[in-house]
Amino acid sequence: MEDTALQIRGLNVAYGDQQVLRDITVDIPARQITAIIGPSGCGKTTLLRSLCRMAELVEGVRVWGQVIFDGKDIYAPQTEVTEVRKRIGLLAQRPFPLPMSIYDNVAYGPRLYGIRQRAVLDEIVERQLRAAGLWDEVKDRLHAPASALSIGQQQRLCLARGLAVEPEVLLCDEVTSALDPLSAQRIESRLLELKANYTIVMVTHVLRQARRMADYVLFLYLGELVEYGPAGEVFNNPRQARTRAYLAGEFY
Amino acid sequence: MSRLKYVEERIFLVLMVASLVIVVGSLAMILATVVVRGLPALNLAMLTQTPRGGYYLGKEGGILNAITGSLALAGGATVLSFVLGLAVALYLQVFATDTRLAHTIRLALDVLWGIPSIVYGAFGFTLMLWMGLRASLLGGIITLTLVELPIVARAMDEVIAMAPFELREASYALGATRLETAWRVLVRQTGPGLLTAVLLALGRGIGDAASVLFTAGYTDRLPTSLMRPAASLPLAVFFQLGTPVPEVRARAHASALVLTIIILIISIATRSLTGRLKRHVIR
Ligand SMILES: Nc1ncnc2c1ncn2[C@@H]1O[C@H](COP(=O)(O)OP(=O)(O)O)[C@@H](O)[C@H]1O
Ligand SMILES: [Mg+2]
Repeated sequence: MEDTALQIRGLNVAYGDQQVLRDITVDIPARQITAIIGPSGCGKTTLLRSLCRMAELVEGVRVWGQVIFDGKDIYAPQTEVTEVRKRIGLLAQRPFPLPMSIYDNVAYGPRLYGIRQRAVLDEIVERQLRAAGLWDEVKDRLHAPASALSIGQQQRLCLARGLAVEPEVLLCDEVTSALDPLSAQRIESRLLELKANYTIVMVTHVLRQARRMADYVLFLYLGELVEYGPAGEVFNNPRQARTRAYLAGEFY
Repeated sequence: MSRLKYVEERIFLVLMVASLVIVVGSLAMILATVVVRGLPALNLAMLTQTPRGGYYLGKEGGILNAITGSLALAGGATVLSFVLGLAVALYLQVFATDTRLAHTIRLALDVLWGIPSIVYGAFGFTLMLWMGLRASLLGGIITLTLVELPIVARAMDEVIAMAPFELREASYALGATRLETAWRVLVRQTGPGLLTAVLLALGRGIGDAASVLFTAGYTDRLPTSLMRPAASLPLAVFFQLGTPVPEVRARAHASALVLTIIILIISIATRSLTGRLKRHVIR
């Protein structure tokens, strides 16, 4: 089996008194697409956000357990949270461009890390916009406000912006759910290409999308990990009754 | 049933129109008074000369001392309160979000906003005595800054709170710190609103007489030193109106007209700047 990018060990998350993730333990393989599936409200977004320390931004949240990345627990006290978030990127369900130009959106991350030379930034912006499949549409208006883009373009811009800090892991939370079918398809094919260099964990509640894209599938139900394995096995020979019922469309 | 609704709607409509008439009518009357009485006394000399022919209340010369004094006082105070107010607002919004401390600071600022400016004047005067300052441009700027600060800080606080939380998240997700997020994202997103907050404060600052009465004093000279007294338009109006001499009272209205025009120009300039800042705002 391939090497492991993230080792999740006994991870729990609670919002106030309500525990929404229970004792999740699983290995996420490197440079593969792992899809998290499950009915709405089962904790998919929470799990994804707790893999890059974004979950803790919610008031009153508690996270305990370990997520080991590059040999270190991202929740260890000495870990720099900004470093974790730089190396593990998150793409949200709804795209939120930053209030600046298309160019500045992509250059935002590199500038945070001290890159100032125009030529270097130009190169990064072009390369990442190409990687996100947006370059041809925006190359003549890089300095136009990002807010003027269509929502599908905005999502690809957010992808380019996330790639520009050179993360090792990409966490994608239902990134196509707000998009039209064509934009969704573009994002999908980009992610499939990016798999060669990035570990991708994606949340989806569209089973067909998981079938199309995933190498591994993680089925989450009521905050518990029910089943995990290679996509073919989970989809064709689910071991758990609850997985079978979910795949058969008995609940959403 | 529907008849009742109809009556209800009529009553509210009449009330709304009545309020509108009262607001617009009184504003129009104030403006008309200032223009009708002030315009005849307004001439180039008023705008380009300092007073002549009698200390404070000359019938000759102009009010350049008060115009420049007011601009220096309000300008200085607005710059200071902008810097301090932005720092307070960002602290409240980004670092102390929803803590007890933040609630306490907000409450304090709201109270300070409502305190009459004569109290600030008295406080500023005490502060100056303690600092060994005499009535001066600096003393006036410090006091006016205190008057403006709660307005700027609270207005900015509210403006920044309106920015979608997801914007901050987008920045944090790239590994940005809170300070980087505040400066590079929140300030840009809320730029137009921040500017409006400043305008609000500037309007209060430039029109305020009571806070500068003891602290900046008054003089016929132009403000050339931070340590010397400075004149101001509201006090010019106040002193000129207080005389029995008709010519000087006409000059009071001209001074008020000048003050009104300055505020108008600043508002228009701010508006066009706001429009430009809106370009990148995410809705
Ligand atoms: N910010 C929050 N505060 C309180 N409860 C939340 C918050 N976000 C999510 N939850 C709760 O946690 C559970 C899991 O939510 P989520 O992770 O968003 O599920 P999913 O992405 O699978 O739909 C739900 O019951 C939801 O109500
Ligand atoms: Mg979700």
